[in-house]
Amino acid sequence: MSRLRAEGLTLSYDQRVVTENLGVTVPDGSFTVIVGPNACGKSTLLKALARLLGPKAGQVYLDEKAIGSYSSKQVAHRLGMLPQTPIAPNGITVGDLVARGRYAHQSLLRQWSKEDEAVVVEAMEQTSVHELAKRYVGELSGGQRQRVWLAMALAQQTPILLLDEPTTYLDITHQVEVLDLCADLHEQGRTLVAVLHDLNLATRYATHLIAMREGRIVAEGDPGRIVTAEMVEQTFGLKCRVIPDPETGTPLIIPVDRAARRSGVGATLG
Amino acid sequence: MSRAQVLSGAVVRNPTGSVSARIDLRAAAVTLVLVLLALAIALHSLASGDFEIPLPDVVRTLLGQETGGAKFIVLDLRLPRTLTALLVGAALGVSGAIFQSLTRNPLGSPDFIGLTIGASTGALLVILVLNGSTNQIALGALLGCAATAVAIYLLAYRRGAQSFRLILVGIGIGAMLDAFNSFLITRARLDEAVGAQVWLIGTLNGRSWDQVRPLLLAVIVLLPLAFWQSRHLNMLSLGDETATALGVPVERTRGLLFACAVALAAVATSAAGPIAFVALAAPQLAIRVTRSAGSGLASSAAMGALLLVASDWVAQRALPSGPVPVGIATGLLGGAYLCWLLVHEWRKGR
Repeated sequence: MSRLRAEGLTLSYDQRVVTENLGVTVPDGSFTVIVGPNACGKSTLLKALARLLGPKAGQVYLDEKAIGSYSSKQVAHRLGMLPQTPIAPNGITVGDLVARGRYAHQSLLRQWSKEDEAVVVEAMEQTSVHELAKRYVGELSGGQRQRVWLAMALAQQTPILLLDEPTTYLDITHQVEVLDLCADLHEQGRTLVAVLHDLNLATRYATHLIAMREGRIVAEGDPGRIVTAEMVEQTFGLKCRVIPDPETGTPLIIPVDRAARRSGVGATLG
Repeated sequence: MSRAQVLSGAVVRNPTGSVSARIDLRAAAVTLVLVLLALAIALHSLASGDFEIPLPDVVRTLLGQETGGAKFIVLDLRLPRTLTALLVGAALGVSGAIFQSLTRNPLGSPDFIGLTIGASTGALLVILVLNGSTNQIALGALLGCAATAVAIYLLAYRRGAQSFRLILVGIGIGAMLDAFNSFLITRARLDEAVGAQVWLIGTLNGRSWDQVRPLLLAVIVLLPLAFWQSRHLNMLSLGDETATALGVPVERTRGLLFACAVALAAVATSAAGPIAFVALAAPQLAIRVTRSAGSGLASSAAMGALLLVASDWVAQRALPSGPVPVGIATGLLGGAYLCWLLVHEWRKGR
C-alpha cells in the first residue's frame, strides 16, 4: 500500500472547480513528478495532498487514515511541504530560518534540544548552506535561498516531502543543482513529490511521472515508458519529437520546428 | 548557557537536556533596560508633583513602611495613575505587536483597523446617550471594541482571514464608526461634548484603585497568554502555507492570538481612552532597538510601558502650557522618535 494517496478529490477555489473526482497514488520511495500546462491543477493537487487545501469532496489518505484526522503536528512528522514562494520573515538569519523546520519536534519546555541542533547542522551541510548560517536570508541569491528553504524542509525529518516548483526563478545551473539534491534525498529513502515545469528535467529525474491536463490525469507511470510524442501533445497541445536523452537515455522532448508545425507534419515522428 | 552553532542568540539546557530554552541575548538585554527605564520614570513621577516627596520616602511607602500623608499621596493619588500608565502601555505594545505580526504590516495596529474607534463609539454612547458613570464608560468601551473586532473578523474571513483584507475592512469600519462618533458629538450639549472630547484624546487623570484593579487582573492573565503563544506567532510570519506544513495549527493559533490582542486593546482603551500611537510605535521601536526577527512581544510590552509612562510625565509636568491629556504627548513623543529612527535608517541606506 501507498503511504500517500487521494480518492475522489474535488478541489476548488471558491466557485471555480479545478479538479473533479481525481484519484492519485504516490508510490512509496518514488521521486514522483507532476507535470502539465499552466492552470492544469498540479499545484492545487499538491496543496491538497499536503492538507493546505481542504477538498470539497473526496479524501487524502496518509498512512491509510484521512489526513484531516491527524493533528497538524502529527502530519508534520510524516509529511513536509515546501510552497512555491515561501515568505522569509524580515531580518531573519539562515540558521534561524532552517531551525524553524524543527517546530513539530519542539515544545514550550523543549525549544532547542541537542538533537535539534544536530539535525539542523546536518540539513545545512547536506544542502551546502552551512557557511551561510549567520547571514541574512534577504542577502542571498535565488539559488542559495532555495537551498536554505530545502534545508528547512529537511530539518523537519519527514519520510515524505512535497515540493511545489522548487526550481522556479532559478537559472539552469541552479535548477540542476536543486534537482540533484532532490535525487540525493530520494536515494536516501525519502518519498518525493515535486511539481516541475521543465519536461526534460522532469523525465530525467522522476521515477514516476504524472501528467495532468484540465484537472485530469492524462498519463502516469515510468517516464521512459509513458512519455511519447502523442502523450505530450495530448497533455500540452504541443507537437514534438521524443528522442532518448544522449546523457541519460531518458525521454527528451524536442518541439517541432514552427514551419513543420504549421504544415501539420512532425507530430507522429520520433 | 551556550552559544548556539547555527542559531543567533543562546541556548539554555538542564543537565539531562530534557528542558531547553532559546534566548535572544540582545533582545533580553534591551528589554531589561527598557523595563528599568520605565520603572525609573515611574518612581520619579510618584515622587514629583505639587507636593514633592523624597525618593527614599516613596520607596519606603511602596514597601509598606511609611504611614501618614506620604502614604496617601503616593499610594492613593499617584500610584493608580502611574500603574495605569505602565499597564496600558504594556497592553497596547503587545496588542500592536501581535496585530502587526499577524497582518505582516505596521498599519495593522489596533488604532488603524478601527478597534480603538469602536471602543470610542462604545464609550461615547455611554457618555452622551446613557450618561453613565466612569466604570460604565469603561464597560462601554470594552464592548464597543469587542463588537468591532467580531465584525471585522467576520467580514474579513474568507477561506482564512487574510491580512490585507483584515486591514482594509478594519479601516472601512473605522471610518464609518468615526463618522458616527462625530455625529454623536455634534448632537451633544457643549459640556458633554467637551467631556467626550477629553476621553477621545486619552487621559490618565483621576484614576483610582477601582479602575486599576480590573486592568491589573486583565493584564496579568493576558500578557502571559500572549507570551506563551509567541513561538507560534513567529511561525505564522512564514506565511500560512509554510506554517501549516511545519505543523502549526494556523487557524486556531491565529484565532487565539487575535482574541488576545483584541482583549488587550479593549482593556487598555477602556482604562485610558484611545491613546494614540503607542500600539503602532512601540513594536516598531522595539524591533529596531532589539534588531530581532521575532515578533518581540516582551520588548514591545516594555517599550509600550516606557512610552506611556514617559509621555504621561511630559504631559503632566514638562509642558509650558500646563498639564495636557497624555494622548497628545504620546503622539508627539512616539511620532518624533519613530521619524528619527526611520530617517536614521534611510541615511544608513538600509
